[in-house]
Amino acid sequence: MNNVNWRLLTTHLVLILGMLFMSLPVWVAFATSTHSAETILREGLQLWPGAHFVETYRQVLFVEGGVMKSVLGTTMLKNSLILGIGFAIGKVIISMLAAYAIVYFRFRLASFLFWVIFMTLLLPLEVRIIPSYEVVSSLGLLDTHVGLIVPLIASATGTFFFRQFFRSVPDELLEAAKLDGATAWQFFKDILVPLSRTMIAAILIIMFVVGWNQYLWPLIMTTKEENYTLVIGIKQIYQILAEGGELPQYQKAFALTILATLPPVLVVLVFQNWFVKGLVESEK
Amino acid sequence: MASLELKNVQKTYPNGAIAVRGVDMEIDHGEFIVFVGPSGCGKSTLLRMVAGLEKITEGEILIQDKVVNDVTPADRDVAMVFQNYALYPHMTVRGNMSYGLKNRGFAKDEINKKVEDAAAMLRIGDFLDRQPNQLSGGQRQRVAMGRAIVREPKVFLFDEPLSNLDAKLRVQMRIEIKRLQRRMDVTSIYVTHDQTEAMTLADRLAVINDGRVEQMGAPMELYSNPATLFVASFIGSPQINLLPVKLSGQSLVSGDLSIDGFQDLPADKELVLGLRPDHLSLSADQAGSSNSALKIRVDIVEQHGADNVIYGELIGAGSSMDGEPVEFCVKTGQANIPDIESILDLHFDVADAMVFLKETGSRLK
Repeated sequence: MNNVNWRLLTTHLVLILGMLFMSLPVWVAFATSTHSAETILREGLQLWPGAHFVETYRQVLFVEGGVMKSVLGTTMLKNSLILGIGFAIGKVIISMLAAYAIVYFRFRLASFLFWVIFMTLLLPLEVRIIPSYEVVSSLGLLDTHVGLIVPLIASATGTFFFRQFFRSVPDELLEAAKLDGATAWQFFKDILVPLSRTMIAAILIIMFVVGWNQYLWPLIMTTKEENYTLVIGIKQIYQILAEGGELPQYQKAFALTILATLPPVLVVLVFQNWFVKGLVESEK
Repeated sequence: MASLELKNVQKTYPNGAIAVRGVDMEIDHGEFIVFVGPSGCGKSTLLRMVAGLEKITEGEILIQDKVVNDVTPADRDVAMVFQNYALYPHMTVRGNMSYGLKNRGFAKDEINKKVEDAAAMLRIGDFLDRQPNQLSGGQRQRVAMGRAIVREPKVFLFDEPLSNLDAKLRVQMRIEIKRLQRRMDVTSIYVTHDQTEAMTLADRLAVINDGRVEQMGAPMELYSNPATLFVASFIGSPQINLLPVKLSGQSLVSGDLSIDGFQDLPADKELVLGLRPDHLSLSADQAGSSNSALKIRVDIVEQHGADNVIYGELIGAGSSMDGEPVEFCVKTGQANIPDIESILDLHFDVADAMVFLKETGSRLK
């Protein structure tokens, strides 16, 4: 018996290596976060979990001064969630409305406006960050959730996706709705939105992750610690660690990193099923 | 009082294409009107203009004596059944049928009652809580009709509603539509390119060609007394036999053929002789089948069961309208099964023959 399937074996080997390559760093971060600061300083990164899991995570999440000067991990988690969810929902609403206008209303310059929106892809936040900051600051919205979210929610990609989707909806549905006495708003709310469920789910997932990972804008927008998001917190914690003559609290930095990756992972896992099911069952 | 009136209705698209070139029509209450014509003739555009889905470039449309040119589709009180059903895919059958009523502000109980009545009439009562994608094509078509009838509109509009169904179902639904329309007594316009559907459904039918109504009338009137060459060739299955001819004395001449018995026709014009397949017979002794100048060489015999249709080349004739050899077709009883390549004499009554002017297509006799 010498019929080892080499092809299959190599394929699996490659897959396993790839999997390890992707997940080992996360594992190391997690394992290290459960050791004490002394162990990490003495022995470096850890491959196996230690005994300080509860202590470290409690400190990070619930104890004042445990991770930042004053703000709690849970507060940062909350800020991040508000940013992620607000960002995703805002983008979906704005881009659906924009796409609805472009596809269903024959107004002058419609296609011109679409291309203008599309061209803003060439102007990401990094390019317009100073004017954006200026506007938000003159509106007195610095250090607020509104100021954090609103400048980010205009979305050319979202508008583009919804435009493509709306164009694939048969015209007869609009005509049937017109004959059924639906107003423009009713058609949008009763027919287009339910039909776009899968599209909305997909964009919500993508945008939540993008919003969660926002770094530059929250960094310059937030000055008070209680408005930090987790991502900003990770950056700040290293700064704090470097100051003062104490033992660097690496385990807390790792714990914060793990906490920061968890919600996006959960969102993708939970929504994924729903989203695939929707895709399979949907019929226009 | 006319239930629906079209006055010189025209449609020109922004790119200059003309879809409808002046249509006048009066439709009485409860009439079943069929628009029939080849694809691209403007029949659907005309229907959509009645529905309010297309702007009217010129002319007027009146529903119960009110000009509706600028009235929105919803306020015209018309209901439409679309070719692809256009059901809302995310709503149940009940949701689909009640949506229009809900938008019009009916009370919940009233909506439920109307929906259930309509569903019972269409025998879709068992499917009320299903989604459209769980239904067959025929059932979806019923739901689409249900959505139209719950609103009790003044006018029903059907845009080729049966063309997505298979042949058997199509015949079944055709009968059902006719029955439903009789029962509801609602003025209806039905668009189709299928002349059988048109003939069987219509109280009156309008043959549309190139944006104009060629002729409008009862199906049998159009069949036996077509006003133009187009109507003659569009209505009737199998198609009317056509032979390009010229008048010589009292005979129509094509190639070596000379057919006697024609008078009062222009001598210097190109003419077309039209003979319905069921006006031709194989035996001379049938009453009135006096003329027997035509002979065919049998090519194909189609057996339809009750009758046979024999196709063959007309012997001695010149070329057809397309420059090909002329093929004639005869409808005959089921017992007549001639051999292929055999030669048959065709008999007909000159009174049944139609003569058209080739240039304009208008009927001379």
